[in-house]
Amino acid sequence: MPASLRSIAFAGFTIISAIAAPKSFDLKDPKGVNAIQFKLDSILEPIVGTANTITGNVSFDPASIPATSGKVSVAAASIVVPNSKMNEHLLSAAWVDAATNPEISFAFTALADVKATGPNKWTASANGQFSLKGVTKDISVPVTLSYLEGQYGTRLGKPELGGDLLVVRGEFSVARGDYGIKPGESEDKVAPVVQLTFALVGSAPQP
Amino acid sequence: MNETSDAHPPISSGTISAWRILLRGAGVLLILFVFCFWAAKGYNKGWSQNRVPVKHLDAVTEIEFTTYEKRFVPGVDYLAGGSVLGALIFSATFFGNRRSNPV
Repeated sequence: MPASLRSIAFAGFTIISAIAAPKSFDLKDPKGVNAIQFKLDSILEPIVGTANTITGNVSFDPASIPATSGKVSVAAASIVVPNSKMNEHLLSAAWVDAATNPEISFAFTALADVKATGPNKWTASANGQFSLKGVTKDISVPVTLSYLEGQYGTRLGKPELGGDLLVVRGEFSVARGDYGIKPGESEDKVAPVVQLTFALVGSAPQP
Repeated sequence: MNETSDAHPPISSGTISAWRILLRGAGVLLILFVFCFWAAKGYNKGWSQNRVPVKHLDAVTEIEFTTYEKRFVPGVDYLAGGSVLGALIFSATFFGNRRSNPV
């Protein structure tokens, strides 16, 4: 093969690889919007709070949605509820034990049941490992993905930056007893199931 | 002896001492204050809040997110605690030594 042909083939391969390569979306949001919301039914009123120190990344390729993978980490100490005394209890050793287990995480390696619901929008199931209070279990989380091409710079008020955004939303629940949080205790006062809702935006600035 | 008795007449059974009146008043005032404060802050029927969640919307991603405003909103625990304390202060006046009419 002549050298010129080899060069063209190599250039073409590089371009295709660059286009087809999955992008890494950083979940540490520059605008601090990312958070996980939790809700526990309780006497008097549900305990509702958020945890907003989110890190991690999602590897996403719009041409191959099932290959999406990633890890979301939440700093346990960032859990906040409106009542400060209740907050202390939640972070204590009896509940989340934030001092010993500073990270709550969910890691997944692929998406299943992917369905397109609109232009650049999909629903899927993320099957992976959820870790809380040092206990890791396999769970399946229904998610929706929205790919906002070229919106990274627009969101920061600098459209010239380009870059893409990926919004991942989902809702799931876990039994607190499965993760060593007062198993079988006080279930008449605080529900045994914790409902978790998340809406996260990942940023992929233009290189 | 009789002169002394005349100088300090015994309290009749229908009279209560000043400190009892003051405590009863304080108890009632405390209950009223606690109720009015709780009502003025929005009749929160949940737990007291030291920070209040405020919802916001990110325009580009349409993600609704929460920030917290530092302010106190009394809940039913505050109302109950204040009312019980007021009732205890009020009811304390019914205990203790009472000077009675000598026979």
